[in-house]
Amino acid sequence: MARIYIDNVQYEVPEGQNILSACLSLGFDIPYFCWHPALRSVGSCRMCAVKQFRDENDARGHIVMSCMTPADDGTRISIDDNDVREFRAGVIEWLMINHPHDCPVCDEGGECHLQDMTVMSGHVYRRYRFKKRTYLNQNLGPFINHEMNRCIQCYRCVRFYRDYAGGRDFNVFGINNRIYFGRCNDGTLENEFSGNLVEVCPTGVFTDKTLRKHYARKWDMQTAPSICPHCGLGCNIIVGERYGSLRRILNKYNHDVNGYFLCDRGRFGYEFVDGPSRIRQPLSRHDGDRSDGSLKAVEKKEALDLFKGISMDSARTLGIGSPRATLEANFSLRQLVGAENFCCGMSEHEERLVSSIIDILRNGPTYSPSLRDVEMCDAVLILGEDVTNVAPRMALSLRQSVREKPMEIADSLRIPRWADASVRQAVQDEKGPLFIVSPMGSGLDDIAARTLHIAPDDIARLGFQVAHEIDPDSPPVLDLPDELGRFAAHISAALKSSRRPLIVSGTSCGTLSVIQAAANIAWSLSRTERIAALSYTLPECNTLGLRLIGGLSMTDCFQKVLSGEVDSLIILENDLYRRAEALLVKGVLAKCKHVIVIDHILNRTGKESDLILPAGTFAETTGTLVSSEGRCQRQFSVMPPAGQTQESRIWISDVMAALGKDSAVNYSTIENIASEIAREFPVFKDLTEVSPPVNFRVFGQKIPRQAHRYSGRTAMPANVTVHEPKPPDDPESPLSFSMEGYSGIPPASVTPRFWAPSWNSCQAVNKFQKEIAGVSTGGDSGKRLIEPLTTENGVYFSELPEAFNFDNTKWVVIQSFHIFGSEELSSLGDSVSQRIPNPYIGLNGDDAASLGKDNGCMAQLIIGNVSLKLPVRIIPTLCSGLIALPVGIPGLEGVNLPAMGKIMED
Amino acid sequence: MEMLSDEIKSEIQCGTGACPTRRCAILEALEIVQRRHGWVSDERLKAVADFLNLTVEEVDGVATFYNRIFRRPVGRHVILVCDSVSCWIMGFENILVHITKRLGIGFGETTPDGRFTLLPIQCLGACEQAPAIMIDGTLHGDLTPDKIDEILKGYE
Ligand code: SF4
Ligand code: SF4
Ligand code: FES
Ligand code: FES
Repeated sequence: MARIYIDNVQYEVPEGQNILSACLSLGFDIPYFCWHPALRSVGSCRMCAVKQFRDENDARGHIVMSCMTPADDGTRISIDDNDVREFRAGVIEWLMINHPHDCPVCDEGGECHLQDMTVMSGHVYRRYRFKKRTYLNQNLGPFINHEMNRCIQCYRCVRFYRDYAGGRDFNVFGINNRIYFGRCNDGTLENEFSGNLVEVCPTGVFTDKTLRKHYARKWDMQTAPSICPHCGLGCNIIVGERYGSLRRILNKYNHDVNGYFLCDRGRFGYEFVDGPSRIRQPLSRHDGDRSDGSLKAVEKKEALDLFKGISMDSARTLGIGSPRATLEANFSLRQLVGAENFCCGMSEHEERLVSSIIDILRNGPTYSPSLRDVEMCDAVLILGEDVTNVAPRMALSLRQSVREKPMEIADSLRIPRWADASVRQAVQDEKGPLFIVSPMGSGLDDIAARTLHIAPDDIARLGFQVAHEIDPDSPPVLDLPDELGRFAAHISAALKSSRRPLIVSGTSCGTLSVIQAAANIAWSLSRTERIAALSYTLPECNTLGLRLIGGLSMTDCFQKVLSGEVDSLIILENDLYRRAEALLVKGVLAKCKHVIVIDHILNRTGKESDLILPAGTFAETTGTLVSSEGRCQRQFSVMPPAGQTQESRIWISDVMAALGKDSAVNYSTIENIASEIAREFPVFKDLTEVSPPVNFRVFGQKIPRQAHRYSGRTAMPANVTVHEPKPPDDPESPLSFSMEGYSGIPPASVTPRFWAPSWNSCQAVNKFQKEIAGVSTGGDSGKRLIEPLTTENGVYFSELPEAFNFDNTKWVVIQSFHIFGSEELSSLGDSVSQRIPNPYIGLNGDDAASLGKDNGCMAQLIIGNVSLKLPVRIIPTLCSGLIALPVGIPGLEGVNLPAMGKIMED
Repeated sequence: MEMLSDEIKSEIQCGTGACPTRRCAILEALEIVQRRHGWVSDERLKAVADFLNLTVEEVDGVATFYNRIFRRPVGRHVILVCDSVSCWIMGFENILVHITKRLGIGFGETTPDGRFTLLPIQCLGACEQAPAIMIDGTLHGDLTPDKIDEILKGYE
């Protein structure tokens, strides 16, 4: 610890910080712009000035930038000194000279760091009376609004977009008072993390364009802590609502998971909640066959009666769960139909892969890293994943991990790591080792030391050989071509000379041996006394959780229907057409006497059902999800489900009640379900501790979802009633749907917003951390379910696949992923849908030429019973002999890959 | 139309061979293009970016930082008038007013006959000869309005 003196009072702070973060950690307010806790210091805005004194006898002192000055032992500073106050007031006055002062029409207004800092530094009167410089704005695509006049040239945007996120279609232009931040020309910002500009920019230059379509001020939004439903990583988010509609998603800081940043799918993918496919009313088929799609709205009571009727009329009912629904909803369904009748709702193939991943993580010696851990790994091997498009936020963490090793350069020059400009100057383009072995190029190729594009089976073989090079006890690959052998040796050498190696793999290749190869490598590394990390990406927000509950496989389930053993299905938040071939699903649904769907969007499965119960989306649901890391986290509804909609698990408990299924457990409360799950599955023993209990209170008060400034409470429903309605109850969480309650800092998992006196912007998060950029006050949310077995060495996998051999007719079709499009829910939103590619058949240039195809030519691809006629897209990086198909994007669902395919002659 | 001739490309190649990163090559490449074509058009900027395997943003960020990389067409001769401290003390304004009167153009403008473009510059490093201007790389110091008429005659 270092002793420092602030205005003559002594404090202890951890070594190695700069004065600014040390002071902020201690709770002092020092205004700043260019510094950002994740982007660190460059000292360009001059806003964070403090006075430093040489020793106790120095009465004059000198002004320094607190973000650029180390808080060493004995440091003496003053924040309050008159000179430095005047200096800061002067700096903000310059910075504000050209600012348009248009807060009332600015989307940032009320949550603006510039407003906060201006007030904090005492600049209250504008003296500048001349012409201001103005700029033309750009159309930056569907996500980000641009209003350059508001810029104060802090450079945070370029530093985030280019230095941190690796974006290249954005920059700073010009010089002097003509500095411009944007693109060369109008056009969509291509980086997958562009949405963070909304939070990174301290002013209203970059704001959320989707929010603009239904704008509300920060203080007018009801907000709740939640978990992103759009991939398996479980990023923490703050969801904002007003007038019953979802307004926006903000990042919710979680030190271990997403830190300060989200991906654009997570931030902008929310629009499906109020989109055209949303179901708000129970729907029932009165007559006619399923394919005619004629469903009529019915009331809740009638829907429950119909459900009851169907249950009476069914011989045996299976429940199909969903990897995108909460643990509680899935478990309730399982209780309703009985464990022997519950199916996970993943394709059998996927389920096999996920089971094997779980086994590896549970029974092996390597740990599954948090995103924070990923950032600190100093050598990385990615086996078969396009991380950017599958688990986007992890790609941002991997981008930071390649900076880990070269940090040694900065360390050896004794440059503190927070001195970002100096560190980058010292490090230049030096990067730590990151290897990507995958079927085709991916979003991280630009930072990879080497990439290799080979077929999934060869990826596995290479992986096995890497493991063997590290530990000769692991099985070798005897007939590996020289080139691959050399590459394997090269990778293993890099991994062996690292301190914290990381292997990333997952289900994207759809190949079990790739997953096993990754495990062999990680396990071989852990026998070399290294702490090796092993991370598997998973496609959906609760894939891992659902698989831990387990159940029948989809194939079994379909088999039982087709054989007549089962005559009814209850399908929970799951579009079967995304899981299996359309023909098969159609046959299964047609064979069923009854199909009941509980979901919030109307998809093809819903359209072919007899009864649909309208569920809540993540925004209206309280429940628990398990991320691919194995972290169990709770999401809280931001609004009560409106009208006839209810959370899935509430529908199920209503149904149980209607059926008179008396049980000792009341399944309508989340805590009861959670403790039931914990009782039945030891792995979930901590489930009830994921977040404070329902009766948690601070000073006897609940935590309000509405800010204390929430406006119009009495007026909002005045068109309906002039009486102020009672706020809806929330018996399911320590949060309330009102303004009243505890306004201090609650436990992280139930923190509904970041706000503190003087800190209206998202940077109020400083006040919710014990130490800046450290853990949240009271500990971050979430509980890890799976920890490595330190006592065991993994038992190496030894089943090697055959080398890939392309015979010019039988193509291996693999899945290609798109951050916008491959995930079901986000694709239904208006803004995201503008970024979705059209379906294509991806071929490498030579292969396309051999087929006589050019970019854009139509080709016909046959996979089993499926025939697809799509335009060819040339993917130069794709391994020869493979076809990439973007299964999962709208219009192209339900093909299970990898599979053999045939291209038809014209 | 090919935006960068092979000649320019090979010149860029030689000129930037020693650069440790592609970004370092940007300024040199832009100067080569400008020397040949007088200025750097959007199309040529794009061609430079493609040639160096960089984005247009990366190249234009550099181009627009330097006021002597011209992103608009300029006249046959470019007059840089120093408006920095020493020249300001020594009365650069008289010089500027005189040039403006003579040529009928202000800062950032080009004479209709395409002969001259007038631009400001901050300190030519010739403070001891203030007020000073530079035309096409030639420095002219200790200026008076009369001297200017004489100097301008030398540029057709
Ligand atoms: S656009 Fe925003 S982040 Fe970028 S320099 Fe201007 S104020 Fe800073
Ligand atoms: S990375 Fe995944 S969990 Fe995180 S914001 Fe993006 S889609 Fe959501
Ligand atoms: S925050 Fe320290 S100089 Fe900008
Ligand atoms: S100020 Fe004009 S040359 Fe230096």
